[in-house]
Amino acid sequence: MSKNNWPLWEVFIRSKQGLSHKHVGSLRAADAEMAVENARDVYTRRSEGISIWVIESKNVFASDPNEAESLYEPADSKVYRHPTFYDVPDGISHM
Amino acid sequence: MNEHLVNFLLRLGDDSLILGHRMSEWCGHGPILEEDIAMTNISLDLIGQATSIFQYAAKVEDKGRDEDDIAFLRFDKDYKNLLLVEQPNGDFGMTFMRQFLFDAYRKPLFELLQSSSDEQLAAIAEKSLKETKYHLKHSSEWVIRLGDGTEESHMRVQESLDALWRYTAELFYEDEVEVALKEAGILPNLDRVKAEWTATVNEVLERATLTIPANGWEQIGGRKGLHSEHLGFLLAEMQYMQRAYPGMKW
Repeated sequence: MSKNNWPLWEVFIRSKQGLSHKHVGSLRAADAEMAVENARDVYTRRSEGISIWVIESKNVFASDPNEAESLYEPADSKVYRHPTFYDVPDGISHM
Repeated sequence: MNEHLVNFLLRLGDDSLILGHRMSEWCGHGPILEEDIAMTNISLDLIGQATSIFQYAAKVEDKGRDEDDIAFLRFDKDYKNLLLVEQPNGDFGMTFMRQFLFDAYRKPLFELLQSSSDEQLAAIAEKSLKETKYHLKHSSEWVIRLGDGTEESHMRVQESLDALWRYTAELFYEDEVEVALKEAGILPNLDRVKAEWTATVNEVLERATLTIPANGWEQIGGRKGLHSEHLGFLLAEMQYMQRAYPGMKW
């Protein structure tokens, strides 16, 4: 097998109408159309989805794990950001 | 009339079964994991079509056979598939050229069969059409990619086209079977299949920068059970388990 691999793509599948696309994995394909077809064959064989997004992995820019302390920990001490500090009026269901 | 219908169903079902088996020979040998799965999916679609077609054929002929008997316990002359679908896989390009030439024929065929007065046949056609449309998209794209690809891929896929072209005339073979079924209103007029096949093939081959061979040599026989030597080897492998362990299930 050739060591010249095709580009890597990240695959997102929407499982049903109204839900958002979720990352399900990655695959290799020569172009975007092939990536969608491969995603269909690899990730929707058991009726997992009704919509597919593919994004070439090199275009994903991620946060730096080394910065986790400064990025996420400050939020831990700010419980007032959660909407739990008011009484739910009677008669409101589904909360 | 039932005999004609059974014969037609065998022609339809054997095309699916034999091509499905050929494609399944790639399982585990695909060029990349993703394509290996795609090829296996196509294979399973085709074998699934054969299952429903043979179930119906078994019901119509009413001789106590089931779909597995029909698939695994006939001799080579009883198979009515096209010579095209039994041809060996060759390289990856050859496999998809064969698939493309077949899909381009199957799509208009199933479209027309949807309007058959035979409800079971119409239902099988409707379900199979959805699968076939995807197969045609996938095989067309590979033919275009390889034909319009590198010098090497162009040369090899052109050779595949040259080798397989002689089997395409048989796609439109009709004899007393189809004539009788048309008279009975079970089959619609199938002339459109050839027109659509020609249009699809011309369009895709042009985009693939491939040339249709000028040699008009045509080879037919599969519809009457007269096969190339390749079918015997294929059947030997496909039937081995049922012949060695009759009635075996797993």
